Amino acid sequence: MDTITRVLGLLDRNAKLTAEDIATRIKLPVSEVEAIIHKAEQDGMILGYKAVINWDRIVENTVTAMIEVRITPQQSLGFDRIARRIYSFPQVKDCLLMSGGFDLLLIVEDRSLKDVANFVSEKVAQLDNVISTATHFILKRYKSNGVIFEDKGENDREAVVL
Amino acid sequence: MSSDPRLSKIVQSLPPSGIRKFFDLANEMKGEVISLSIGEPDFVTPWHIREKGILSLEKGKTHYSPNQGYIELRETITEYLDRKFDLKYDPRKEVVVTVGGSEAIDAAVRAIVDPGDEVIIPEPCFVAYKACVILAGAVPVPLPCNASDGFKPDPDKLRRIITEKTKLVILGYPTNPTGTTLSREDLKPIAGIIADKDLLVLSDELYAELIYDETEHFSISKFEGMRERTIVINGLSKAFAMTGWRIGFAVGPESLIAAINRIHQYVIMSSPTTAQYAAIEALKNGDESVEAMRTEYDTRRKILLEALSSCGLECIEPKGAFYAFPSIKSTGMTSEDFCEKFLLSKKVAIVPGTAFGDAGEGHVRISYAASSDSIIEAMHRLGDFCAEVTRR
Repeated sequence: MDTITRVLGLLDRNAKLTAEDIATRIKLPVSEVEAIIHKAEQDGMILGYKAVINWDRIVENTVTAMIEVRITPQQSLGFDRIARRIYSFPQVKDCLLMSGGFDLLLIVEDRSLKDVANFVSEKVAQLDNVISTATHFILKRYKSNGVIFEDKGENDREAVVL
Repeated sequence: MSSDPRLSKIVQSLPPSGIRKFFDLANEMKGEVISLSIGEPDFVTPWHIREKGILSLEKGKTHYSPNQGYIELRETITEYLDRKFDLKYDPRKEVVVTVGGSEAIDAAVRAIVDPGDEVIIPEPCFVAYKACVILAGAVPVPLPCNASDGFKPDPDKLRRIITEKTKLVILGYPTNPTGTTLSREDLKPIAGIIADKDLLVLSDELYAELIYDETEHFSISKFEGMRERTIVINGLSKAFAMTGWRIGFAVGPESLIAAINRIHQYVIMSSPTTAQYAAIEALKNGDESVEAMRTEYDTRRKILLEALSSCGLECIEPKGAFYAFPSIKSTGMTSEDFCEKFLLSKKVAIVPGTAFGDAGEGHVRISYAASSDSIIEAMHRLGDFCAEVTRR
């Protein structure tokens, strides 16, 4: 594995690691790690740093929905322009062009079921090229972004094993 | 607690006695301490392996297996040993699947020694060797190894302690607790002496996959004339994070394996069936999982070594297993005293070196089979502790 991949791999798992932490883990000078991170940020390899938060624990009323959107592609612009139009709404967390029976998959977060319903009927469905939508509400999050959301079981390892 | 006089004298004589107190304390404090005292992977068995175990249960595979283990597993074992370590054995006659490496050690020792025979054991080493030798009625003869030699056995010392009664030498490399590995060059003179004196070898290679930097694992059985006198023990516990499944194996010449199997068939009957199915999957398709865990151990090893050096504790760089065995002599404390005070004052559990033989005095075993975050925090506390006890 090359150095850049190792640095990015560590950050992908824990964005809180400092350049010093990473340098200790892969035995590189701190300055070199800083340079790699800086370059990755400049080149768009690192787009941001986010905490993985289990919002269900904090906000009582948060709703996540996956919305399938079918679209008539625009001449010469394909799906890009309409996708941009849709992902500009702040409640859209992910916007993906899909193969198969529909075109765009949106992951939308809002405060209530009603807010999501309004967003779909008043914002998305109103757009000229949108043919139809299908909304699926997420009932429970078991695992997301590689992180398991369920409570970890009790640590059952022995205190001392020789 | 004093021992019940109705018990056999052999059992009464078994270690541990001295450090029992420390273990009881560590157990009491479990839950409020950072544990770097655990000799097993902190990883859960990779899912693809667990799934094969579950699938076997769903299919109703709940019966005894053949004594020696399913032939498919034995074939997988010999293919694995050949692929990884260039060891060649016949799956039909030269392999027995055991309940962890531990059973293989016990059965191998009992298959070889008679009461009064001497067994040479380089120390510090895994605790079961000495106990199994004592239980078999034989006499353990420690070969103390020094930090100044990287805890490698000195061939001259080995030659000197061999007597007419010596029957077996137990070698466990990479070593729990020191992380020592032996290269082909290190092993060559040892193999020469063993062959010259016509002894047998029990080579415990359980940590063979967990080696770092440019280290290569070399089995003593590969020297000319050694295969016929060596029982190689390996297993799934450490490399595949499968400690609770209890699958190990012994390979060696037909007569020795048949003898081990004779004991195994009466005492154990056969290894757990579910675990054998999981083991087939592990050995066939587990390379990537092992490599991912090994890389993670290596990262932690580096963090630990750097921290130990900034605490001012000398430590031989461990090239295998997942332990460091630093010297605490600079503090003037005994191993047990150091571990007990560190546990009580800083809430970190590590193991006194004396748990692994007298040669471990002046050292402590720190396991890096724990998350990087807990290692980093524990090492901060160790730094504080060392500063406090040295100042006094």
